[in-house]
Amino acid sequence: MALPTRLLLEIVTPDRALVREEVDEIQLPGAEGYLGVLPGHTPLLATLKVGELWYRIGQERHHVAIVGGFVEVLPDRVTVLAHIAERAHEIDVARADAARKRAEERLARPSADLDFERARIALMKALIRLQVATRARTRV
Amino acid sequence: MPSLLDLRRRIRAVKSTQQITKAMKMIAASRLKRAQERVVAARPYARRMLQVLNSLAARVDPESHPLLRTGKAAGGPLLIVITADRGLCGSFNANVIKTAGQFIAGEGRAPETGLGLIGRKGRDFFRRRGFEVRFEQVGIFQRLTYGHAAAIANAAIDEFTSGRASTVHVVYNEFKSVMAQRIVLEQLLPIPRLEAAGGPAAEYLYEPAADEIFSDLLPRHVQAQVYRALLESNAAFFAAQMTAMDAATRNSSEMIDSLTLYMNKVRQAAITREIIEVVSGAAAT
Repeated sequence: MALPTRLLLEIVTPDRALVREEVDEIQLPGAEGYLGVLPGHTPLLATLKVGELWYRIGQERHHVAIVGGFVEVLPDRVTVLAHIAERAHEIDVARADAARKRAEERLARPSADLDFERARIALMKALIRLQVATRARTRV
Repeated sequence: MPSLLDLRRRIRAVKSTQQITKAMKMIAASRLKRAQERVVAARPYARRMLQVLNSLAARVDPESHPLLRTGKAAGGPLLIVITADRGLCGSFNANVIKTAGQFIAGEGRAPETGLGLIGRKGRDFFRRRGFEVRFEQVGIFQRLTYGHAAAIANAAIDEFTSGRASTVHVVYNEFKSVMAQRIVLEQLLPIPRLEAAGGPAAEYLYEPAADEIFSDLLPRHVQAQVYRALLESNAAFFAAQMTAMDAATRNSSEMIDSLTLYMNKVRQAAITREIIEVVSGAAAT
């Protein structure tokens, strides 16, 4: 059997189907490090952490912010079940920046009842959103 | 015979009711559109989730996870009842409550069925009758998020894994079409036997280990199920309300027509009587 040359990428969240496209290459924020996926990849099931996902169609890269989830990789198909996913241009930069400041403040001045893990995740979410948003603007 | 004035007053009352029902119908229709879109948007996730789970089921021992095992729990079954917060929607709430009642009666023996109540209508009904309520959520349908579903699902999972509930079922209205809702009673926990996906038994790589992914996925799956049920119920509610309000508007039109006819007859009779009185009065003099 010939190796497939492209991948069908699907990104779905509980609220919507975000992406359904034929792509050439994908990078995913796996729980144990970033994963690069090309067509013909071995079947793989992985959990995702908060991070940045990009996929390439031809020479064009598209960036998506991902907050946790799962991915199923098959030789010709990749299915991402994300808890939250946002395309670069959908991200509200001002809001993400405000969230970053809030989270940083909470971590800088820990109060007694601070849920450290939650604050850390909040900060990470904000940072990833900001990072992905800048990608979108610098690309052009 | 009612007086003309009374009739006029009644017609006016029916008319103003009709205006309200008409407005409610219109509001329901516009909310329905949005609710329907959300249901449709949420379906791919639930479907994909099931596919991934099924392909995993072939490779992991299903007995290995507590959410898959038939519990030897001391507690009775748990039933999550999803109704609406508001009425004026035909038999929408009544149907769910009826089905829930049958389920409880069917499971009738001790230990008693515990209830998880979503929506004000169902909550009020079962609370008043002294059923055993494990948890409840009202007023979530105005701003429904995945977080609500996750909270409900986690409460159910907690009941199940702690042994307070032997099974978890959910009953809700499924949105079939604008004209039809279907009552659905589903088993949520233990997760019904997964169909091991046939076809190419390609060996998967797992990152992290398979059972770790599995125990991450299963609660997510339950949450997605609850989320879908909530969205379905929400869309079905607006559909039911729209239909009910449409019928009410039509009925009041009919009522106005027949009242107007009656009023005209009464008026005619009064005029005739007056003429007779005048004529006979003139004849007498």
